Amino acid sequence: MKSHVWRPLYIVLGVIALVLLARTVLVPKDFGIGERGYMYGWHRKGNEADWKAVQVKYKTMEYCKDCHEDKYNDLRHSPHAAIQCENCHGPALGHPDDPPTLTIDRHRDLCIRCHASLPYKASGRGAIRGINPETHHPEAECVLCHYPHNPKLEAKR
Amino acid sequence: MIDRRDFCKKALLIAGGMAIPLSALELFDPKRLLAEKNDPAPTRWVFLVDTHKCVGCGFCVKACKIENEIPYDANVTRTWVERYVISRDGKTHIDSPKGARDGFISPKMEQGVEHPVEVRNEDIAKAFFVPKLCNQCDNPPCVQVCPVGATYQTADGVVLVDRSWCIGCGYCIMGCPYGVRFFHPVYHVAEKCNFCYHRITKGMKTACVDACPFGARRIGNLKDPNDPVTRVIMTERVNVLKEEYGTKPQVFYLGLTKEVK
Repeated sequence: MKSHVWRPLYIVLGVIALVLLARTVLVPKDFGIGERGYMYGWHRKGNEADWKAVQVKYKTMEYCKDCHEDKYNDLRHSPHAAIQCENCHGPALGHPDDPPTLTIDRHRDLCIRCHASLPYKASGRGAIRGINPETHHPEAECVLCHYPHNPKLEAKR
Repeated sequence: MIDRRDFCKKALLIAGGMAIPLSALELFDPKRLLAEKNDPAPTRWVFLVDTHKCVGCGFCVKACKIENEIPYDANVTRTWVERYVISRDGKTHIDSPKGARDGFISPKMEQGVEHPVEVRNEDIAKAFFVPKLCNQCDNPPCVQVCPVGATYQTADGVVLVDRSWCIGCGYCIMGCPYGVRFFHPVYHVAEKCNFCYHRITKGMKTACVDACPFGARRIGNLKDPNDPVTRVIMTERVNVLKEEYGTKPQVFYLGLTKEVK
């Protein structure tokens, strides 16, 4: 056969070889079939470790209670006992090293998440004591009158 | 010069060769056989949501966004809470302002119309909140449509996204029937709830479970018969979302009604 028939074939073979070469260089070594099989588990294994290495920011009440025992005890015996410190004070991260202090958020927005009255009997919301935030002292912070760590001891502050 | 007989022979040979799929030529691979054997993993993460207990405070959404570094003011979130208000005339109103990041603080509902809708208290037949998150399906459509292998399921059932491998084509975002996927505003790749994989693999609970004061959210291991969450799933009347899609979702709900989509 004449060479003009073969020439395009050589080019195609060359391109295929180039793609295969590029593939060995570009595709990570740990790329392959995971435990969930070809359909669900085709991935780069190292990525699982990447996700596990994400920094934990919320440490839960257990992390706070030793240093802030007074507040913890106030909270523990109150109707707010189930609320995590970090829900209002923000994530502990590496506190007290980083950040050394946490912001104390006294804004009404935190309280009315639960205490804006919504009469939904099919959910737990209907059973929570609520107010209308537009008429119940809209200018004031809730904590002026209510002690958030134990709302039963009203105006303790 | 090629004659007719030779041409026919060679054409048939090539056509026949092309008809053999590439997979038929793949060599025997013991690793793959092992992978396809049924479930050697000791863990299968599942989630349980009790819609009776949810009050729509949105602390879960706030904690999730901060824990997982989703830009706080961007209108995307890995988990969100929906409010369902069903009025006496049979109409269903659904809203989720900012994904309920700041909770539900008003009876007014934004419905995409000119004025917010407010169903009067006496007109409410039933109203409740439904938290949503990734269902970590056993048959995840989002994984199957990924053309590059950037999204995948781990041995313990969590669907993850490889940020360095995702090309941002968005197939998975379209493929998820639950709408849990979105583009990360910073990394510009597909993003989704991963049950706080960095926490559950350390023995902690997810950020949303820890943040929920009412116990509406729980996480458990379905492979452990003594896990309290597994016991609820096995013995109580739980339901899943959009079962008819065949995705085998692994987030179980207590107290669903037909209005919940």
